[in-house]
Amino acid sequence: MTTAAQPVDTTGRRYPQWVVLSVVSAIVVILFATTLTFQPLLSGHPPDLATATQQTANALSLGAIYALIALGYTMVYGIIELINFAHGDVFMVGAFIAMTFLRTGFQATTLLGMGIGLAALGGFALFLGWGLVSGLGIRRAAPRLLALALVVGATVGLEFGVKQTGPITDGLTLTAVLIPTFLIAMIIIAATNVTIERLAYRPLRKKSRLAPLLTAVGISFILQNIVIVWQGTGDRPVPQLVPLVKFELLGAHINWLNMFILVLALALMVGLQTFVNRTRLGRAMRSTAQDQQAAQLMGVDLNQTISVTFLIGGALAGAAGVFQGLYFGFVRFDLGFNAGLKAFTSAVLGGIGNLTGAVIGGFLIGFVEVFAAAVGQQRWSQAIVFMVLIVVLIIRPAGILGQQVGERA
Amino acid sequence: MTISAKDLLELLRYPAAAFVVALVYAPVREFLRRHRSTAIFLGVTAAASLLPFIVTLPVLNEFERQNVWLDGFSNAGVFVLLAVGLNIVVGLAGLLDLGYAAFFAIGAYTYAFGASPFSGNHFPFLLMVAAGAIVAATFGVLLGAPTLRLRGDYLAIVTLGFGEIVPIVFLNADQFTEGTNGIGGIYKPDLPLLESFSLLNPWPFYLVMALMIIVVLILVYKLERSRLGRSWMAVREDELAAAASGINTVVTKLLAFSLGASTSGFAGVFNAAKLTLVSPDQFLFTVSFTVLAAIVLGGMGNIWGVAMGAFILYTIQVVLLHELNTFFDNFHLPHPNFVEYQYLLFGLALVVMMLLRPEGLFPSQRRKRELHAAEELGDDAELPGADELGGVDPSSSEVRL
Repeated sequence: MTTAAQPVDTTGRRYPQWVVLSVVSAIVVILFATTLTFQPLLSGHPPDLATATQQTANALSLGAIYALIALGYTMVYGIIELINFAHGDVFMVGAFIAMTFLRTGFQATTLLGMGIGLAALGGFALFLGWGLVSGLGIRRAAPRLLALALVVGATVGLEFGVKQTGPITDGLTLTAVLIPTFLIAMIIIAATNVTIERLAYRPLRKKSRLAPLLTAVGISFILQNIVIVWQGTGDRPVPQLVPLVKFELLGAHINWLNMFILVLALALMVGLQTFVNRTRLGRAMRSTAQDQQAAQLMGVDLNQTISVTFLIGGALAGAAGVFQGLYFGFVRFDLGFNAGLKAFTSAVLGGIGNLTGAVIGGFLIGFVEVFAAAVGQQRWSQAIVFMVLIVVLIIRPAGILGQQVGERA
Repeated sequence: MTISAKDLLELLRYPAAAFVVALVYAPVREFLRRHRSTAIFLGVTAAASLLPFIVTLPVLNEFERQNVWLDGFSNAGVFVLLAVGLNIVVGLAGLLDLGYAAFFAIGAYTYAFGASPFSGNHFPFLLMVAAGAIVAATFGVLLGAPTLRLRGDYLAIVTLGFGEIVPIVFLNADQFTEGTNGIGGIYKPDLPLLESFSLLNPWPFYLVMALMIIVVLILVYKLERSRLGRSWMAVREDELAAAASGINTVVTKLLAFSLGASTSGFAGVFNAAKLTLVSPDQFLFTVSFTVLAAIVLGGMGNIWGVAMGAFILYTIQVVLLHELNTFFDNFHLPHPNFVEYQYLLFGLALVVMMLLRPEGLFPSQRRKRELHAAEELGDDAELPGADELGGVDPSSSEVRL
């Protein structure tokens, strides 16, 4: 009665990476075939290999972004059963951080302005540093300094930014710009996510289920409004530093950027799988997801493990934020809400708590959305995504990969 | 110096009054406790009659005229109805519904289809109130029937999806709904005694609203104490045990869902008639969420707390912040745009509230005990009292809504 088994299959279920990759590639093939078959039927154009290839490439990039966000949802849900409504907005803040860095940084024209900016950034960095150290429960001096240095370094980098407006054609320079962009967005967003968990969710962990859920939505409102105060409500352009170089595949002209996003996202996902399956902390995460009490009895530091989960989820959301800026060329304050909903849908679709499921769900949702746009029904795409979700949940409530578990006793 | 009878009377006036109050207090309280419907009637009537006078008091009338306040209160009443309806679903039956605004939208659009120049129909208001409630309840059943077997969080996400789909449908099906512009020029209510429904005169809407709140509160109160209400609470506490005790959990949950939806539809009809306009952007996720926040802030499961929470939240969020702007403008003082920051303030208030007082402002006794069970019981999960307190074990993950 008092100790309940976890209701869904969590990160505990392991799939070898070749299985994951082959499932993903199988899905790609199926999606490609479906696009090729159905798009002509729905839009009235003759079947077109090039268009189908193009749409599949678009769907894969979009799906990769959703999958990265969905991983954050699914990990947090798997470990503390919280629908982290703020996660979409954490991703949005990540996109804004990347945008700021890719533009000019917090560049101030006057000395006073620069002073105020530096002081605000310094305060921000120290706050995040505190959150990171306190959330992860780092007690020794050297790791503490390292965590602080990372956050402060990322924030200082944000102060300067890339002073370049056009595409960078030199590959070396481009790499030298993109690596710090990813590092800065991922570090700051990971630290932000840990700080949010430390301040807003941890004190509520033993309270009712609704309390952290509402807090998460409260945080989401706060993040959106901070961004509105900071950047306004309009679209903010992100400079297209990556040149649009295309290659031809099956008659379609595919942008290298699409491939870059896909490959990097897949690399991050494989890295995450490896982390969760092969490391001590990953094992702690899996055991916490299965049974918090038993994990604690086995010497797992609950707070630290949960913070690590938020750290990783935040880092992935930060990376997704950079992709968003590079791929769509704009960021807006309400981006997080829609992307978050779709990413959460992906997580549920794949079987919430299941990492592989989240990735598969992300690609599926990306495909559904691109497909809806391809047949000229973009305005219905959101509704279609949710219809798919409802139908899947009715047919298979635990999602595609989730394990069916009976009602909790 | 002699003390006259008059002086003596003067001297004893307050003690005497206190004595009379003390004498009357207990029987009145007992009476109101026994006759809760009468108490609801008297309470809401008293509040509804006092509010128009309170807003003419010195500080408040600086902000706005009485009419504007009353108009705001009528809107707040819509919100109270929504909160009381959602309380059936979330507070009593324990089903987390994140798409409650969908039913609100369905009710509002039902009225717009039934009584507007756009549709060409003009059915009587009372008929449309019933129609709105019934149509919303039907959609509640349609959504609930396949999905109510889902576990709590899945139900939450399905309802969230439904809440997103409904405005999109109203937005995109523009040959029926005029899309983004919405349906305008909706007819005013044609109630027999209240002839003069107009934008300038807020009184008719105010009175109708008060009446609707009284009716709904009494109905919900009666429901809560009925066999059905006890079944809801049983399902909320432990679905398996409820089923084992002979409760048809599917029907019970469906009834909670559809009754909650019908209250929302009811409120939607009133809202459409009052605004004379329905458009998809009135029913976004923020509405569902604000109502949910209202019932949690007010104290979930307790009708009075929920109604008060909704009223306070709406009054602060919409009326007061707006009035603060006007107030500062009147005195030509520089000020931030309070309305613009309403969701920032709302988010902050929500987070602080959850951290400090998660049981809400006016919690029901039972829920208060549940939430503080951890402190009372200590960390020993196996104490015999744990099950009596709703089976809440603070250290397990199985903490219910």
